[in-house]
Amino acid sequence: MSADGRALRIEDVHKSFGKLEVLRGIDLSVAEHEVICLIGASGSGKSTMLRCIDLLEPVDAGRIVVHGEDITARGVDVNRIRRRIGIVFQAFNLFPHMTVMRNITLGPTEALRMPKSEAEARATELLERFGLLDKKDDYPDRLSGGQQQRVAIVRALAMQPDIMLLDEVTSALDPELVAEVLNVIRELASGGMTMVIATHEMGFARDIAKRVCFLDAGIILEQGPPEQIFTEPQEDRTRRFLQSIIDAGRM
Amino acid sequence: MAYSRSDAPDSGTIVPGGPVPPGSERRSRLLEPLRQEGAKGVMVAVVSTAVFFGLIGWLVLRSPNWPEVKQLFFNGQEFRDTFPSIAQKFLRNIQYFMIGEVFILAYALFLAVLRSLPGSVFFPLRLLSIMYTDLFRGIPTILVIYLLAFGVPSLDIPGAPTSPTFWAIVGLVLSYSAYVSEVYRAGIESVHPSQIAAARALGLSRWQSLRFVVIPQAVRRVAPPLLNDFVALQKDTALVAFVVVVPEAFKMAQIHQNADFNFTPLLAAALLFLLITVPLTRVVDWMIARERARRQGGGVV
Repeated sequence: MSADGRALRIEDVHKSFGKLEVLRGIDLSVAEHEVICLIGASGSGKSTMLRCIDLLEPVDAGRIVVHGEDITARGVDVNRIRRRIGIVFQAFNLFPHMTVMRNITLGPTEALRMPKSEAEARATELLERFGLLDKKDDYPDRLSGGQQQRVAIVRALAMQPDIMLLDEVTSALDPELVAEVLNVIRELASGGMTMVIATHEMGFARDIAKRVCFLDAGIILEQGPPEQIFTEPQEDRTRRFLQSIIDAGRM
Repeated sequence: MAYSRSDAPDSGTIVPGGPVPPGSERRSRLLEPLRQEGAKGVMVAVVSTAVFFGLIGWLVLRSPNWPEVKQLFFNGQEFRDTFPSIAQKFLRNIQYFMIGEVFILAYALFLAVLRSLPGSVFFPLRLLSIMYTDLFRGIPTILVIYLLAFGVPSLDIPGAPTSPTFWAIVGLVLSYSAYVSEVYRAGIESVHPSQIAAARALGLSRWQSLRFVVIPQAVRRVAPPLLNDFVALQKDTALVAFVVVVPEAFKMAQIHQNADFNFTPLLAAALLFLLITVPLTRVVDWMIARERARRQGGGVV
Protein backbone atom coordinates (compact mmCIF):
# COMPACT_ATOMS: atom_id res chain seq x y z
CA MET A 1 0.00 0.00 0.00
CA SER A 2 2.61 2.52 1.04
CA ALA A 3 6.17 2.79 -0.12
CA ASP A 4 7.69 1.03 2.86
CA GLY A 5 4.85 -1.39 3.57
CA ARG A 6 4.24 0.22 6.94
CA ALA A 7 0.67 0.75 8.03
CA LEU A 8 1.70 3.23 10.69
CA ARG A 9 4.90 5.02 11.59
CA ILE A 10 5.26 7.22 14.63
CA GLU A 11 8.37 9.37 14.74
CA ASP A 12 9.54 11.16 17.85
CA VAL A 13 6.08 12.24 18.95
CA HIS A 14 5.83 14.63 21.89
CA LYS A 15 2.69 15.71 23.67
CA SER A 16 2.16 17.83 26.76
CA PHE A 17 -0.88 18.80 28.70
CA GLY A 18 0.06 22.08 30.29
CA LYS A 19 3.35 21.47 32.07
CA LEU A 20 2.94 17.72 32.11
CA GLU A 21 4.80 16.05 29.26
CA VAL A 22 2.81 12.88 28.67
CA LEU A 23 4.61 11.68 25.55
CA ARG A 24 8.35 12.31 25.50
CA GLY A 25 9.44 11.06 22.13
CA ILE A 26 7.51 8.02 20.94
CA ASP A 27 8.87 6.02 18.03
CA LEU A 28 6.95 3.07 16.68
CA SER A 29 6.50 1.37 13.38
CA VAL A 30 3.59 -0.95 12.69
CA ALA A 31 3.50 -3.30 9.72
CA GLU A 32 0.43 -4.17 7.73
CA HIS A 33 -1.66 -6.82 9.57
CA GLU A 34 0.48 -6.50 12.66
CA VAL A 35 -1.04 -6.55 16.14
CA ILE A 36 0.79 -4.49 18.74
CA CYS A 37 -0.01 -4.36 22.41
CA LEU A 38 0.90 -1.38 24.55
CA ILE A 39 1.39 -2.19 28.21
CA GLY A 40 2.41 0.04 31.06
CA ALA A 41 1.11 1.66 34.20
CA SER A 42 -1.74 4.13 34.21
CA GLY A 43 -0.44 7.51 33.15
CA SER A 44 2.40 6.08 31.11
CA GLY A 45 0.92 7.61 27.95
CA LYS A 46 -0.85 4.66 26.27
CA SER A 47 -4.20 6.40 25.86
CA THR A 48 -2.68 9.68 24.82
CA MET A 49 -0.63 7.91 22.20
CA LEU A 50 -3.73 6.29 20.71
CA ARG A 51 -5.65 9.54 20.81
CA CYS A 52 -2.79 11.28 19.02
CA ILE A 53 -2.83 8.64 16.27
CA ASP A 54 -6.54 9.30 15.72
CA LEU A 55 -5.83 13.06 15.77
CA LEU A 56 -8.13 13.51 18.74
CA GLU A 57 -5.17 15.24 20.35
CA PRO A 58 -2.80 17.38 18.29
CA VAL A 59 0.84 16.39 18.70
CA ASP A 60 3.33 19.02 19.86
CA ALA A 61 6.23 17.64 17.88
CA GLY A 62 7.09 14.68 15.70
CA ARG A 63 5.25 12.96 12.87
CA ILE A 64 2.66 10.27 12.44
CA VAL A 65 2.58 8.60 9.05
CA VAL A 66 -0.28 6.36 7.98
CA HIS A 67 0.26 4.38 4.80
CA GLY A 68 2.87 6.85 3.66
CA GLU A 69 0.81 9.96 4.39
CA ASP A 70 1.95 12.37 7.07
CA ILE A 71 -1.30 12.88 8.98
CA THR A 72 0.23 15.41 11.34
CA ALA A 73 1.16 17.74 8.48
CA ARG A 74 -0.51 21.13 8.29
CA GLY A 75 -3.67 21.39 6.27
CA VAL A 76 -4.51 17.70 6.46
CA ASP A 77 -8.25 16.98 6.45
CA VAL A 78 -8.58 15.39 9.89
CA ASN A 79 -12.05 14.02 9.12
CA ARG A 80 -10.73 12.09 6.15
CA ILE A 81 -7.88 10.62 8.24
CA ARG A 82 -10.18 9.63 11.09
CA ARG A 83 -12.44 7.74 8.72
CA ARG A 84 -9.53 5.41 7.97
CA ILE A 85 -8.63 4.86 11.61
CA GLY A 86 -11.03 3.17 14.00
CA ILE A 87 -10.79 3.76 17.71
CA VAL A 88 -12.62 2.03 20.55
CA PHE A 89 -12.67 3.64 23.97
CA GLN A 90 -12.52 2.24 27.46
CA ALA A 91 -15.96 3.69 28.31
CA PHE A 92 -17.60 2.55 25.02
CA ASN A 93 -18.91 6.08 24.29
CA LEU A 94 -21.92 4.78 22.41
CA PHE A 95 -24.52 7.41 21.56
CA PRO A 96 -27.25 6.84 24.16
CA HIS A 97 -30.01 8.48 22.14
CA MET A 98 -29.57 6.20 19.16
CA THR A 99 -30.37 2.55 18.64
CA VAL A 100 -27.55 0.08 18.15
CA MET A 101 -28.25 0.14 14.41
CA ARG A 102 -28.11 3.93 14.22
CA ASN A 103 -24.94 4.03 16.29
CA ILE A 104 -23.31 1.84 13.69
CA THR A 105 -24.71 3.46 10.56
CA LEU A 106 -24.17 7.09 11.62
CA GLY A 107 -20.53 7.18 10.52
CA PRO A 108 -21.00 5.39 7.18
CA THR A 109 -24.09 7.42 6.19
CA GLU A 110 -22.91 10.84 7.33
CA ALA A 111 -19.12 10.73 7.08
CA LEU A 112 -18.82 8.34 4.14
CA ARG A 113 -22.10 9.42 2.47
CA MET A 114 -23.06 5.80 2.02
CA PRO A 115 -26.73 5.12 1.13
CA LYS A 116 -28.72 4.14 4.20
CA SER A 117 -29.73 0.75 2.83
CA GLU A 118 -26.13 -0.18 2.13
CA ALA A 119 -24.97 1.01 5.55
CA GLU A 120 -27.69 -1.00 7.24
CA ALA A 121 -26.92 -4.08 5.22
CA ARG A 122 -23.30 -3.86 6.22
CA ALA A 123 -24.16 -3.18 9.86
CA THR A 124 -26.51 -6.17 9.87
CA GLU A 125 -23.73 -8.35 8.53
CA LEU A 126 -21.30 -7.18 11.22
CA LEU A 127 -23.86 -7.51 14.01
CA GLU A 128 -24.62 -11.03 12.92
CA ARG A 129 -20.96 -11.91 12.77
CA PHE A 130 -20.52 -10.80 16.37
CA GLY A 131 -23.77 -12.27 17.66
CA LEU A 132 -25.50 -8.95 18.26
CA LEU A 133 -28.16 -8.93 15.60
CA ASP A 134 -31.05 -9.32 18.06
CA LYS A 135 -29.90 -6.10 19.75
CA LYS A 136 -30.03 -3.93 16.66
CA ASP A 137 -33.13 -1.97 17.72
CA ASP A 138 -32.15 -1.62 21.37
CA TYR A 139 -30.72 1.46 22.98
CA PRO A 140 -27.23 1.13 24.47
CA ASP A 141 -28.48 1.51 28.06
CA ARG A 142 -30.28 -1.79 27.71
CA LEU A 143 -27.16 -3.75 26.86
CA SER A 144 -24.59 -5.27 29.17
CA GLY A 145 -21.15 -3.68 29.25
CA GLY A 146 -19.71 -6.47 27.13
CA GLN A 147 -22.43 -6.08 24.54
CA GLN A 148 -21.96 -2.31 24.51
CA GLN A 149 -18.25 -2.66 23.93
CA ARG A 150 -18.84 -5.16 21.13
CA VAL A 151 -21.26 -2.70 19.55
CA ALA A 152 -18.60 0.00 19.87
CA ILE A 153 -16.14 -2.26 18.07
CA VAL A 154 -18.69 -2.95 15.34
CA ARG A 155 -19.33 0.79 15.05
CA ALA A 156 -15.63 1.37 14.40
CA LEU A 157 -15.45 -1.58 11.98
CA ALA A 158 -18.40 -0.31 9.97
CA MET A 159 -16.16 2.48 8.71
CA GLN A 160 -13.89 -0.22 7.22
CA PRO A 161 -10.80 1.29 8.79
CA ASP A 162 -7.24 0.46 7.78
CA ILE A 163 -6.14 0.43 11.40
CA MET A 164 -7.96 -0.19 14.66
CA LEU A 165 -6.89 1.42 17.91
CA LEU A 166 -8.24 -0.16 21.09
CA ASP A 167 -7.88 1.83 24.30
CA GLU A 168 -8.19 -0.51 27.28
CA VAL A 169 -11.46 -1.76 25.94
CA THR A 170 -11.99 -4.30 28.72
CA SER A 171 -10.97 -2.17 31.70
CA ALA A 172 -14.51 -0.96 32.42
CA LEU A 173 -16.03 -4.43 32.21
CA ASP A 174 -17.00 -6.94 34.85
CA PRO A 175 -14.57 -9.88 34.73
CA GLU A 176 -17.13 -12.29 33.32
CA LEU A 177 -17.75 -9.97 30.36
CA VAL A 178 -14.11 -9.55 29.39
CA ALA A 179 -13.86 -12.80 27.43
CA GLU A 180 -16.61 -11.98 24.94
CA VAL A 181 -14.88 -8.74 24.01
CA LEU A 182 -11.43 -10.32 23.80
CA ASN A 183 -12.83 -13.00 21.51
CA VAL A 184 -14.04 -10.33 19.14
CA ILE A 185 -10.58 -8.81 19.07
CA ARG A 186 -9.02 -12.22 18.47
CA GLU A 187 -11.28 -12.69 15.52
CA LEU A 188 -10.25 -9.33 14.12
CA ALA A 189 -6.60 -10.23 14.54
CA SER A 190 -7.03 -13.53 12.73
CA GLY A 191 -8.80 -11.63 9.97
CA GLY A 192 -5.62 -9.63 9.44
CA MET A 193 -6.70 -6.31 10.95
CA THR A 194 -3.83 -4.00 11.82
CA MET A 195 -4.28 -3.10 15.47
CA VAL A 196 -2.65 -1.13 18.24
CA ILE A 197 -4.08 -2.25 21.56
CA ALA A 198 -3.53 -0.62 24.91
CA THR A 199 -4.36 -3.24 27.52
CA HIS A 200 -3.97 -4.44 31.08
CA GLU A 201 -4.81 -8.01 30.08
CA MET A 202 -1.33 -9.48 30.02
CA GLY A 203 -2.43 -12.99 29.15
CA PHE A 204 -4.34 -11.61 26.22
CA ALA A 205 -1.42 -9.46 25.10
CA ARG A 206 0.90 -12.42 25.24
CA ASP A 207 -1.55 -14.42 23.22
CA ILE A 208 -2.47 -12.00 20.50
CA ALA A 209 0.37 -9.54 20.04
CA LYS A 210 3.13 -9.97 17.57
CA ARG A 211 4.99 -7.32 19.46
CA VAL A 212 4.55 -5.87 22.93
CA CYS A 213 5.65 -2.34 23.82
CA PHE A 214 6.20 -1.33 27.40
CA LEU A 215 5.50 2.36 27.93
CA ASP A 216 7.02 4.13 30.86
CA ALA A 217 6.77 7.86 31.56
CA GLY A 218 5.98 8.80 27.99
CA ILE A 219 8.48 6.70 26.09
CA ILE A 220 8.55 3.14 24.76
CA LEU A 221 11.11 1.79 27.15
CA GLU A 222 11.22 -1.69 25.74
CA GLN A 223 9.62 -3.63 22.93
CA GLY A 224 9.80 -7.07 21.47
CA PRO A 225 7.94 -10.31 20.93
CA PRO A 226 5.70 -11.21 23.86
CA GLU A 227 7.84 -14.23 24.84
CA GLN A 228 10.78 -11.96 25.32
CA ILE A 229 9.00 -9.11 27.12
CA PHE A 230 7.10 -11.36 29.48
CA THR A 231 9.80 -13.89 30.24
CA GLU A 232 13.10 -12.06 29.99
CA PRO A 233 12.56 -8.30 30.03
CA GLN A 234 15.77 -6.35 29.63
CA GLU A 235 14.77 -3.27 31.57
CA ASP A 236 14.51 -3.09 35.28
CA ARG A 237 11.31 -1.02 35.15
CA THR A 238 9.63 -3.53 32.84
CA ARG A 239 10.48 -6.29 35.26
CA ARG A 240 9.06 -4.31 38.18
CA PHE A 241 5.88 -3.51 36.29
CA LEU A 242 5.33 -7.15 35.37
CA GLN A 243 6.09 -8.20 38.93
CA SER A 244 3.43 -5.80 40.23
CA ILE A 245 0.94 -7.31 37.81
CA ILE A 246 1.79 -10.81 38.99
CA ASP A 247 1.52 -9.68 42.62
CA ALA A 248 -1.92 -8.32 41.88
CA GLY A 249 -2.90 -11.74 40.59
CA ARG A 250 -3.64 -10.44 37.14
CA MET A 251 -1.36 -12.71 35.17
CA MET B 1 -45.44 43.54 37.37
CA ALA B 2 -45.82 39.85 37.64
CA TYR B 3 -44.25 39.00 34.34
CA SER B 4 -40.83 38.07 35.58
CA ARG B 5 -39.87 34.45 35.25
CA SER B 6 -38.98 33.39 38.72
CA ASP B 7 -38.12 29.94 37.48
CA ALA B 8 -36.07 30.98 34.47
CA PRO B 9 -33.08 28.66 34.42
CA ASP B 10 -29.61 29.97 33.77
CA SER B 11 -26.50 28.22 32.64
CA GLY B 12 -25.76 27.10 36.16
CA THR B 13 -28.96 25.15 36.46
CA ILE B 14 -28.48 21.47 37.03
CA VAL B 15 -30.63 19.86 34.44
CA PRO B 16 -32.86 16.97 35.25
CA GLY B 17 -33.14 14.05 32.92
CA GLY B 18 -29.58 12.96 33.46
CA PRO B 19 -28.62 9.51 34.59
CA VAL B 20 -31.09 7.92 36.95
CA PRO B 21 -30.56 4.69 38.80
CA PRO B 22 -32.13 1.87 36.85
CA GLY B 23 -35.57 0.76 37.95
CA SER B 24 -36.49 4.14 39.34
CA GLU B 25 -39.35 4.73 36.98
CA ARG B 26 -41.03 7.98 37.65
CA ARG B 27 -44.12 8.01 39.83
CA SER B 28 -46.10 10.92 41.11
CA ARG B 29 -44.44 12.30 44.19
CA LEU B 30 -47.80 13.49 45.36
CA LEU B 31 -49.51 10.14 45.23
CA GLU B 32 -46.69 7.67 45.73
CA PRO B 33 -46.73 7.78 49.55
CA LEU B 34 -50.40 6.83 49.39
CA ARG B 35 -49.67 3.82 47.26
CA GLN B 36 -47.22 2.60 49.84
CA GLU B 37 -49.55 3.04 52.76
CA GLY B 38 -52.47 1.28 51.13
CA ALA B 39 -56.19 1.69 51.79
CA LYS B 40 -55.82 3.13 55.24
CA GLY B 41 -53.47 5.80 53.94
CA VAL B 42 -55.93 6.74 51.21
CA MET B 43 -58.73 7.10 53.76
CA VAL B 44 -56.64 9.33 55.99
CA ALA B 45 -55.63 11.45 53.04
CA VAL B 46 -59.21 11.87 51.84
CA VAL B 47 -60.46 12.88 55.28
CA SER B 48 -57.60 15.26 56.02
CA THR B 49 -57.92 16.84 52.58
CA ALA B 50 -61.66 17.36 53.03
CA VAL B 51 -61.18 18.85 56.47
CA PHE B 52 -58.32 21.08 55.35
CA PHE B 53 -59.96 22.55 52.27
CA GLY B 54 -63.36 22.62 54.00
CA LEU B 55 -61.87 24.74 56.72
CA ILE B 56 -60.28 27.15 54.27
CA GLY B 57 -63.53 27.36 52.27
CA TRP B 58 -65.56 27.97 55.41
CA LEU B 59 -63.17 30.71 56.57
CA VAL B 60 -63.39 32.44 53.23
CA LEU B 61 -67.12 32.15 52.82
CA ARG B 62 -67.99 33.37 56.30
CA SER B 63 -65.63 36.35 56.13
CA PRO B 64 -67.59 39.64 56.16
CA ASN B 65 -66.11 40.79 52.84
CA TRP B 66 -66.94 37.66 50.88
CA PRO B 67 -70.19 38.91 49.28
CA GLU B 68 -68.39 41.93 47.93
CA VAL B 69 -65.44 39.85 46.70
CA LYS B 70 -67.80 37.43 45.05
CA GLN B 71 -69.68 40.20 43.34
CA LEU B 72 -66.53 41.86 42.00
CA PHE B 73 -64.32 38.87 41.20
CA PHE B 74 -66.40 35.72 41.00
CA ASN B 75 -69.54 37.04 39.43
CA GLY B 76 -71.31 34.16 37.68
CA GLN B 77 -73.43 36.31 35.45
CA GLU B 78 -70.52 38.48 34.42
CA PHE B 79 -68.50 35.35 33.71
CA ARG B 80 -71.18 33.87 31.48
CA ASP B 81 -71.53 37.13 29.61
CA THR B 82 -67.87 37.81 28.96
CA PHE B 83 -66.15 34.43 28.84
CA PRO B 84 -67.07 33.53 25.23
CA SER B 85 -65.68 36.74 23.77
CA ILE B 86 -62.49 36.49 25.83
CA ALA B 87 -62.06 32.86 24.88
CA GLN B 88 -62.39 33.82 21.25
CA LYS B 89 -59.65 36.43 21.59
CA PHE B 90 -57.54 33.90 23.43
CA LEU B 91 -57.03 32.19 20.09
CA ARG B 92 -54.84 35.18 19.26
CA ASN B 93 -52.66 34.46 22.29
CA ILE B 94 -52.26 30.90 21.13
CA GLN B 95 -51.36 32.14 17.69
CA TYR B 96 -48.72 34.56 19.04
CA PHE B 97 -47.35 31.78 21.18
CA MET B 98 -47.09 29.26 18.36
CA ILE B 99 -45.49 31.64 15.91
CA GLY B 100 -43.15 33.05 18.54
CA GLU B 101 -42.07 29.66 19.84
CA VAL B 102 -41.02 28.36 16.44
CA PHE B 103 -38.72 31.32 15.91
CA ILE B 104 -37.47 31.29 19.48
CA LEU B 105 -36.48 27.62 19.34
CA ALA B 106 -34.56 28.09 16.11
CA TYR B 107 -32.98 31.44 16.90
CA ALA B 108 -32.01 30.48 20.45
CA LEU B 109 -30.34 27.32 19.22
CA PHE B 110 -28.39 29.40 16.74
CA LEU B 111 -27.27 31.71 19.56
CA ALA B 112 -26.28 28.76 21.75
CA VAL B 113 -24.28 27.15 18.95
CA LEU B 114 -22.52 30.45 18.28
CA ARG B 115 -21.53 30.59 21.90
CA SER B 116 -20.18 27.05 21.95
CA LEU B 117 -17.91 27.52 18.93
CA PRO B 118 -14.37 26.64 19.98
CA GLY B 119 -11.11 28.33 19.12
CA SER B 120 -9.88 31.88 19.11
CA VAL B 121 -11.08 32.68 15.58
CA PHE B 122 -14.66 32.56 16.76
CA PHE B 123 -14.08 34.79 19.76
CA PRO B 124 -16.03 37.73 18.25
CA LEU B 125 -19.04 35.50 17.59
CA ARG B 126 -18.94 34.09 21.11
CA LEU B 127 -18.67 37.61 22.46
CA LEU B 128 -21.61 38.72 20.35
CA SER B 129 -23.75 35.87 21.65
CA ILE B 130 -22.79 36.62 25.26
CA MET B 131 -23.54 40.31 24.83
CA TYR B 132 -26.86 39.49 23.25
CA THR B 133 -28.02 37.22 26.07
CA ASP B 134 -26.80 39.65 28.73
CA LEU B 135 -28.62 42.49 27.04
CA PHE B 136 -31.95 40.84 26.45
CA ARG B 137 -32.04 38.97 29.72
CA GLY B 138 -31.32 42.23 31.49
CA ILE B 139 -34.13 44.26 29.92
CA PRO B 140 -37.77 43.76 30.90
CA THR B 141 -39.61 42.01 28.09
CA ILE B 142 -42.36 44.62 28.15
CA LEU B 143 -39.79 47.34 27.51
CA VAL B 144 -38.40 45.53 24.47
CA ILE B 145 -41.92 45.09 23.14
CA TYR B 146 -42.75 48.75 23.71
CA LEU B 147 -39.58 49.91 22.00
CA LEU B 148 -40.11 47.78 18.95
CA ALA B 149 -43.85 48.07 18.55
CA PHE B 150 -43.92 51.85 18.90
CA GLY B 151 -40.38 52.63 17.83
CA VAL B 152 -39.83 50.73 14.63
CA PRO B 153 -43.08 51.68 12.84
CA SER B 154 -42.35 55.35 13.55
CA LEU B 155 -39.07 55.04 11.66
CA ASP B 156 -41.03 54.62 8.43
CA ILE B 157 -38.50 52.21 6.98
CA PRO B 158 -39.62 51.41 3.46
CA GLY B 159 -40.72 47.79 3.19
CA ALA B 160 -40.55 47.09 6.92
CA PRO B 161 -43.75 45.86 8.51
CA THR B 162 -45.55 48.55 10.46
CA SER B 163 -47.92 46.28 12.37
CA PRO B 164 -47.39 46.68 16.13
CA THR B 165 -48.48 43.06 16.55
CA PHE B 166 -45.66 41.96 14.30
CA TRP B 167 -43.11 43.96 16.26
CA ALA B 168 -44.54 42.87 19.59
CA ILE B 169 -43.99 39.25 18.59
CA VAL B 170 -40.49 40.12 17.39
CA GLY B 171 -39.91 41.60 20.84
CA LEU B 172 -41.05 38.39 22.50
CA VAL B 173 -38.79 36.37 20.22
CA LEU B 174 -35.73 38.54 20.86
CA SER B 175 -36.24 38.54 24.59
CA TYR B 176 -37.14 34.87 25.04
CA SER B 177 -34.38 33.68 22.74
CA ALA B 178 -31.87 35.05 25.21
CA TYR B 179 -33.30 32.87 27.96
CA VAL B 180 -33.81 29.83 25.81
CA SER B 181 -30.31 30.01 24.35
CA GLU B 182 -28.94 29.78 27.88
CA VAL B 183 -31.05 26.69 28.45
CA TYR B 184 -29.69 25.14 25.27
CA ARG B 185 -26.18 26.07 26.27
CA ALA B 186 -26.54 24.34 29.62
CA GLY B 187 -27.69 21.28 27.69
CA ILE B 188 -24.85 21.43 25.18
CA GLU B 189 -22.28 21.77 27.92
CA SER B 190 -23.77 18.85 29.81
CA VAL B 191 -22.98 16.43 26.99
CA HIS B 192 -19.77 14.67 27.96
CA PRO B 193 -16.71 15.46 25.81
CA SER B 194 -16.23 11.73 25.23
CA GLN B 195 -19.39 11.79 23.13
CA ILE B 196 -17.85 14.41 20.88
CA ALA B 197 -14.63 12.43 20.74
CA ALA B 198 -16.58 9.34 19.66
CA ALA B 199 -18.38 11.30 16.95
CA ARG B 200 -15.21 12.96 15.66
CA ALA B 201 -13.42 9.61 15.73
CA LEU B 202 -15.96 8.35 13.20
CA GLY B 203 -14.85 11.11 10.87
CA LEU B 204 -17.85 13.31 11.46
CA SER B 205 -17.17 17.01 11.11
CA ARG B 206 -17.57 19.39 14.00
CA TRP B 207 -20.93 20.47 12.67
CA GLN B 208 -22.12 16.89 12.10
CA SER B 209 -21.08 15.94 15.64
CA LEU B 210 -23.08 18.85 16.96
CA ARG B 211 -26.09 18.03 14.83
CA PHE B 212 -26.30 14.28 15.31
CA VAL B 213 -24.73 13.70 18.70
CA VAL B 214 -24.58 16.80 20.88
CA ILE B 215 -27.77 18.74 20.13
CA PRO B 216 -30.19 15.79 20.26
CA GLN B 217 -28.86 14.78 23.67
CA ALA B 218 -28.73 18.37 24.87
CA VAL B 219 -32.34 19.06 23.88
CA ARG B 220 -33.59 15.91 25.59
CA ARG B 221 -31.86 16.87 28.78
CA VAL B 222 -33.14 20.42 28.87
CA ALA B 223 -36.69 19.59 27.81
CA PRO B 224 -38.09 20.48 31.26
CA PRO B 225 -36.53 23.95 31.51
CA LEU B 226 -37.32 24.55 27.83
CA LEU B 227 -40.94 23.76 28.53
CA ASN B 228 -40.83 26.07 31.53
CA ASP B 229 -40.00 28.84 29.12
CA PHE B 230 -42.81 27.64 26.83
CA VAL B 231 -45.22 28.10 29.70
CA ALA B 232 -43.77 31.50 30.54
CA LEU B 233 -44.05 32.59 26.93
CA GLN B 234 -47.64 31.47 26.77
CA LYS B 235 -48.33 33.77 29.71
CA ASP B 236 -46.31 36.65 28.34
CA THR B 237 -48.31 36.79 25.12
CA ALA B 238 -50.56 38.96 27.29
CA LEU B 239 -47.86 41.65 27.06
CA VAL B 240 -48.90 42.23 23.48
CA ALA B 241 -52.04 43.82 24.96
CA PHE B 242 -49.98 46.84 25.96
CA VAL B 243 -49.05 47.88 22.45
CA VAL B 244 -51.73 46.51 20.20
CA VAL B 245 -55.15 47.79 19.34
CA VAL B 246 -56.44 44.43 18.13
CA PRO B 247 -57.43 42.79 21.41
CA GLU B 248 -56.20 39.41 22.61
CA ALA B 249 -57.60 37.74 25.73
CA PHE B 250 -56.11 40.08 28.34
CA LYS B 251 -57.02 43.20 26.41
CA MET B 252 -60.54 41.87 25.85
CA ALA B 253 -60.89 41.17 29.57
CA GLN B 254 -59.75 44.72 30.33
CA ILE B 255 -62.35 46.10 27.93
CA HIS B 256 -65.07 44.17 29.75
CA GLN B 257 -63.67 45.15 33.12
CA ASN B 258 -63.78 48.83 32.26
CA ALA B 259 -67.26 48.59 30.82
CA ASP B 260 -68.79 46.59 33.65
CA PHE B 261 -66.70 47.74 36.61
CA ASN B 262 -66.10 44.11 37.43
CA PHE B 263 -62.92 42.04 37.68
CA THR B 264 -64.46 38.70 36.81
CA PRO B 265 -63.43 38.99 33.12
CA LEU B 266 -59.79 39.19 34.20
CA LEU B 267 -60.21 35.96 36.15
CA ALA B 268 -61.87 34.45 33.12
CA ALA B 269 -58.76 35.33 31.12
CA ALA B 270 -56.60 33.86 33.87
CA LEU B 271 -58.59 30.65 33.68
CA LEU B 272 -57.94 30.44 29.95
CA PHE B 273 -54.20 30.74 30.51
CA LEU B 274 -54.35 28.04 33.17
CA LEU B 275 -56.21 25.75 30.81
CA ILE B 276 -53.15 25.78 28.56
CA THR B 277 -50.25 26.09 30.97
CA VAL B 278 -51.20 23.43 33.51
CA PRO B 279 -51.78 20.59 31.01
CA LEU B 280 -48.64 21.69 29.14
CA THR B 281 -46.60 21.16 32.28
CA ARG B 282 -48.12 17.73 32.81
CA VAL B 283 -47.44 16.73 29.21
CA VAL B 284 -43.78 17.54 29.71
CA ASP B 285 -43.61 15.39 32.83
CA TRP B 286 -45.14 12.56 30.89
CA MET B 287 -42.74 13.01 27.97
CA ILE B 288 -39.73 12.92 30.23
CA ALA B 289 -40.98 9.82 32.01
CA ARG B 290 -41.61 8.08 28.69
CA GLU B 291 -38.20 8.94 27.31
CA ARG B 292 -36.55 7.67 30.47
CA ALA B 293 -38.53 4.45 30.48
CA ARG B 294 -37.71 3.80 26.87
CA ARG B 295 -34.00 4.36 27.36
CA GLN B 296 -33.71 2.38 30.53
CA GLY B 297 -35.65 -0.63 29.52
CA GLY B 298 -38.68 -0.02 31.66
CA GLY B 299 -41.25 0.63 28.99
CA VAL B 300 -42.38 -0.58 25.62
CA VAL B 301 -40.26 0.54 22.71
